Amino acid sequence: MKRFARTLLLGAVSAAYAGSAVAASNELNIYNWSDYIAESTIPGFQKATGVKVRYDVYDSNEILQAKMLTGKSGYDIVVPSNTFLAKQIQANLYLPLDKSKLPNYKDLDPELMKLMTKFDPGNKFAVPYFWGINTIGINTDRATKALGGKLPANQWDMLFKPEHAAKLKSCGVSMLDSPAEVFPIVLHYMGKDPASKSEADYRAAADLLKSIRPHVTRFSSSGYINELSGGSLCLVLGYGGDINIARTRAVEVKSGVKVQALVPKEGVGIWIDSMVIPKDAKNADNAYKFINYSLDAKVAAANANAVTYAPGSLPARKFIDKANLANPSIFPSKEVMAKSFVMLPMDPKIQRLTTRLWQEFKTRK
Amino acid sequence: MNIQRLFKRLKPGRGAVISIPYFWLLLFFLVPFFIVLKISFAEQDLAIPPFTSLMNLEEGGLLHLTLNLGNFDFILSDDFYAKTYLSSLQTALFTTLMCLLLGYPIAYAIARTDPARRNVLLMLVMLPFWTSFLLRVYAWMGLLNENGLINSFLLGIGLIDEPLMLFHNDFSLYLVMVYAYLPFMILPLFSHLVKMDGRLLEAASDLGAGPIKAFFTITLPLSKNGIIAGSMMVFIPAVGEFVIPELVGGPDTLMIGKVLWNEFFDNNNWPMAAAVATVMVLLLIVPIAFLHRFETRQLEGKGNE
Repeated sequence: MKRFARTLLLGAVSAAYAGSAVAASNELNIYNWSDYIAESTIPGFQKATGVKVRYDVYDSNEILQAKMLTGKSGYDIVVPSNTFLAKQIQANLYLPLDKSKLPNYKDLDPELMKLMTKFDPGNKFAVPYFWGINTIGINTDRATKALGGKLPANQWDMLFKPEHAAKLKSCGVSMLDSPAEVFPIVLHYMGKDPASKSEADYRAAADLLKSIRPHVTRFSSSGYINELSGGSLCLVLGYGGDINIARTRAVEVKSGVKVQALVPKEGVGIWIDSMVIPKDAKNADNAYKFINYSLDAKVAAANANAVTYAPGSLPARKFIDKANLANPSIFPSKEVMAKSFVMLPMDPKIQRLTTRLWQEFKTRK
Repeated sequence: MNIQRLFKRLKPGRGAVISIPYFWLLLFFLVPFFIVLKISFAEQDLAIPPFTSLMNLEEGGLLHLTLNLGNFDFILSDDFYAKTYLSSLQTALFTTLMCLLLGYPIAYAIARTDPARRNVLLMLVMLPFWTSFLLRVYAWMGLLNENGLINSFLLGIGLIDEPLMLFHNDFSLYLVMVYAYLPFMILPLFSHLVKMDGRLLEAASDLGAGPIKAFFTITLPLSKNGIIAGSMMVFIPAVGEFVIPELVGGPDTLMIGKVLWNEFFDNNNWPMAAAVATVMVLLLIVPIAFLHRFETRQLEGKGNE
């Protein structure tokens, strides 16, 4: 997730904190995504363990990665997403986990852990925090009306077929501003390998993107939440949880806007954010304590209810709100999962190509 | 540069004082620049830090120096970078012109009012600096967006039926750019205009020149230094501007700051980002050198008087 705007505001604050980690056994420095934890979790942990927590937030993987690669971040726990984590593991940034210090590790969803081996071989480094999907969300009434009363059978067509996208343009179409997130989805839509290593595949995907460029009115990785709930967008390609936040907000302010996170049966992109301990962490023992605490079924459920994403802990599902549990955009069905894919890192050459193609696509140059 | 001549004219003790700004420049401009230059010759790597080192001491005391020119070659061979530099320069140039057209009358008006009111007006120009630059950009976002204050107001009074597209396009980009950089144009212009001798204009008027002719033959040439100083202060930071295009510019805004960001954060290619920055600095050094030459010449001119 990329919330660049807030990063600028928070960057200075967190930078000031980051440098000042002191070797002391009752401290813990956590660096996590913004709005990604229940309010009760940190106070609960401090009370239970007596450890003093310093909790900083970021809003993009890129920011986190730059800090990690600079070294000496001063943090004891960070929460990167799958594609970034894979490279960071290769760069040897993190501590292999001592699972004997994590009694609650056994509660983790084995299927999820299996998916994670694709970027963390042998589950050596990472403990899943939340996972979710990249999908499309709509303003149900306006989108249905613009499309003549019916959504296409393949819901991805709304975005990727120019004739549909053209109809939705007038009520606003937004797309994640990230080649790393969008290209795998386009490749999957085209029936190609979402983690393709072939340059030609990415060029073909870029051609498809260019065909719908005139109908994309906005590129946004977080601003779309408000615009979707406010009614100024009717189709977004975004994060499942964010689209759910937009739905909740629209209900709260009684704007009359009906927002829906769709889960196309053709499959969606899956991301997993995991907790890892940097190699130079000064309070690794406290980091274990916190990871274990957040794996506790009730704590994980409280976090999940607050952020509307799915936690890694299976027993936590007992304590999750029924409405969230029944929401297919938070807990997709087995059929959808079978057709979905985990996003994997691109090698530098492909990455350079996609960044470049993205710039061309976005700026129409 | 005529540092030696300058030093000769000054008393010996002053040399130390003069050296402080040079030391400052060395420490906070030259040293960081050479670090960036060094990184630009390295290669991307997955490690801390994410680039290779240029020098390797091999067994037997052999020092190996590896310079990777690939990044610069890539910048030159891919016309995307040229387009981006050009578009950045264009944006900066247009911003500078707009600032000049708006700032000149403002500076002139402030310089011509009576001293008591002048301070109040100057204060008003500088007042926005008391708020963070970022917050002011955010304020514009609140004003301009589709559900923002301006659109809400216009819709409310029934002047428009659909919200105006004021945001995420070239209009909002230039509006906020000009807004942000205008004080940097007004202040140097003011400091030159205020020093101008009013009797010159009276003389021109006595000799039959109309206000327009007097302006173009007297005021404008005399404020040339202010125009150059103000334009440089706007143009140079505007070329590398990242925050404003990112927050209020449209998706098709192409600025070098964004490309640098992409190289550094998205591609995680620090050497390439360093190379892009190096080329940008070199591009900017041309106007700075121009300004410097101009100032030195002026200094000399005054010394000969």
